Amino acid sequence: MSTHVLSLLVEDKPGLLTRVAGLFARRGFNIESLAVGHTEVPGLSRITILVDVEDAPLEQVTKQLNKLINVIKIVELDPAQSVQREHLLVKVRADNTTRSMVLEAVTLFRARVVDVSVDAVVIEVTGDSGKTQALLRVLEPYGIKEIAQSGLLAIGRGSKSISERIFKN
Amino acid sequence: MTAETPVPSPSPSPAASAAAPDSGTPEILTGSGAIIRSLELLGVTDVFGLPGGAVIPLYDELMSQTAIRHILVRHEQGAGHAAEGYASASNRVGVAIATSGPGATNLVTAIADAYMDSVPILCITGQVFSTLMGTDAFQEADIVGITMPITKHSFLVKRPEDIPAAIASAHLIASTGRPGPVLVDITKDAQQKSAPFIWPPKLDLPGYRPVTKPHGKQVQAAAQLLAEAKKPVLYVGGGVIRARASEELLTFAELSKTPVVTTLMARGAFPDSHDQHLGMPGMHGTVSAVLALQEADLIIALGSRFDDRVTGKVSEFAPHATIVHVDIDPAEIGKIRAADVPIVGDAKEVIADLTVAYAAAITTTTPDVSVWWTYLKGLRDEFPLGYSEPTDGLMSPQFVIQRIGELTGPEAVYAAGVGQHQMWAAQFIKYERPNSWLNSGGAGTMGYSIPAAMGAKVAEPDRVVWSIDGDGCFQMTNQELATCTINNIPIKVAIINNSSLGMVRQWQTLFYDGRHSFTDLHTGHGSAMVPDFVKLSEAYGALAIRVTSPDQVDDAIKLALATNDRPVVIDFIVSRDAMVWPMVPQGVSNSYVQYAKDHAPTWEEE
Repeated sequence: MSTHVLSLLVEDKPGLLTRVAGLFARRGFNIESLAVGHTEVPGLSRITILVDVEDAPLEQVTKQLNKLINVIKIVELDPAQSVQREHLLVKVRADNTTRSMVLEAVTLFRARVVDVSVDAVVIEVTGDSGKTQALLRVLEPYGIKEIAQSGLLAIGRGSKSISERIFKN
Repeated sequence: MTAETPVPSPSPSPAASAAAPDSGTPEILTGSGAIIRSLELLGVTDVFGLPGGAVIPLYDELMSQTAIRHILVRHEQGAGHAAEGYASASNRVGVAIATSGPGATNLVTAIADAYMDSVPILCITGQVFSTLMGTDAFQEADIVGITMPITKHSFLVKRPEDIPAAIASAHLIASTGRPGPVLVDITKDAQQKSAPFIWPPKLDLPGYRPVTKPHGKQVQAAAQLLAEAKKPVLYVGGGVIRARASEELLTFAELSKTPVVTTLMARGAFPDSHDQHLGMPGMHGTVSAVLALQEADLIIALGSRFDDRVTGKVSEFAPHATIVHVDIDPAEIGKIRAADVPIVGDAKEVIADLTVAYAAAITTTTPDVSVWWTYLKGLRDEFPLGYSEPTDGLMSPQFVIQRIGELTGPEAVYAAGVGQHQMWAAQFIKYERPNSWLNSGGAGTMGYSIPAAMGAKVAEPDRVVWSIDGDGCFQMTNQELATCTINNIPIKVAIINNSSLGMVRQWQTLFYDGRHSFTDLHTGHGSAMVPDFVKLSEAYGALAIRVTSPDQVDDAIKLALATNDRPVVIDFIVSRDAMVWPMVPQGVSNSYVQYAKDHAPTWEEE
């Protein structure tokens, strides 16, 4: 299996997410992560999906997604030609004996502490999944209490935009 | 865009501009009024439905107009299949109406059926008040959610001003591109409130752009392959019928002398009487059609989708064939079998372009399919469709079905249920024109036949419409005989009564050591005959006839053909031991097609 990043430009309509997610489930494809948000065009949303499939089924996924009336455009984003980021919030055990070592890791990873309490800190980090996973490995010995992680976000490099050629008509 | 528009438009366009009301202040209509006015402006003349709490406002408006004929069904599934039969017989969009909750869920089987067979139907369902949605209100069901996997698209409408655009969009989506079912769920308050009726509405479908015009280079490549092929076959599917491309197909086939096979969904797309027609491929296809595909060096798939019932074991299907796959749905291409030349487009346009390209190709390449034809004609002569007389002294079901076809002729419409009788009807009735054969091919919905025949008769009142049904199927939807009698829809029903769920029984005979587990229905010969189909049909106001011997068959069919003031039901008591042959057992290569039990034809060793 290999992972692929799909970026979907969709109409912001009720039930849209159900249609997309349902299609993956129905056709037997697995979503690794998913992120949804508004775009620069009112009424349009963008869904970034990380999916773990071989190339042939990926083509089938893309074609089936394209058949959804509310899906306007799909592109696969090549890691080399795009910026890909995850956002991670992690709560780590940190008391007087360990806090300085935790903070050192935070500095090394260019992460940030966003909340401190007597026996824990909340750390925020943004990066590709290699970076976020590495930080988690370093923090693990201190005791990870809680993780909240966003789906992958991705955008193509250069000046072109995904919505560019759609509204010329 | 009206219902009569023959060719799917490449991009969504505002509907029915010609029918737009005078400019100036738009008329104020209730949501219900807007539903009916929209349907009328889209060219809809007939709808099938059954009222309930959440569609009473709509029915109130239906009563006070004459442009649209409403046919009150006895079960919403009947409305759905009737809409399918209407659409399949006429190429117009079929419309079904149901109330919220159970009314809507009763449509689900028909919607799934239409989705599998790409039938353009528009389903309008009532929904509870928008203020009550999500509260488990009386007769509430999330029908948009329930039907998401089995509709081409769906709309939930909560405001009257959104109704014209939703109905027009649904009609457009159902009937263009790859056709399919579209559901519009409308809350009761949206039906009751009023809004200015603006027509044509602005259709906002930026994500809907079906490709109809094929890629010229791909078409040329396909034509060149055909000119060079030694063993080509045209593998014709239901898409050719939906695209109204039969004439183009005939021209193309005759120019290229290519053998033609028509799938279960494509029966009638190419005349059965034509010398180039090898018949139906697949599990119960003719030996010549099955082996033509299996041994081909080039398969041109036209609006067909390599269904498992056609390919048999996919990994061993047509191992030496180059594949040209033509479909309007890009997702079908390469789904099952990789295509060497994929062509996305409307079958009508693609076949026309292929014909031109082929004519150009043969100016430089001389095709030679004579050896191939000699082989295929040999197979066709050696293994014609046939059947042996049952040994129990009862009637042969194949004989009955064949006589219905022979005495009625190709101008009629034949709608089958699902099972053995469906296969025999596909095999032993000769189809000469598209839209004359209706059946549930993809979903395999028992009970399809009677309501579909009813819908076909409403769409095509001047044609004879036969429902070829089984005793199992008949018991699932025969309530629509009441609809037929009351509304003067004189369909003819042939029950091929073998007293059992025959296809399952056949599999039990062949593959489960004859253990006939729960397939006896006790409706036929030597049984309690519960129910008595003659009495039941008479109770519905139909002319009912029972036929038990071959010498009564013709007279009964002729009487049915002469009776047009009410429905006719003929209970043909047939042998339960008759089987559908030829057959490719499930899960094996099509090379193992069996002409009859334990009788496989010889074929070239691969």
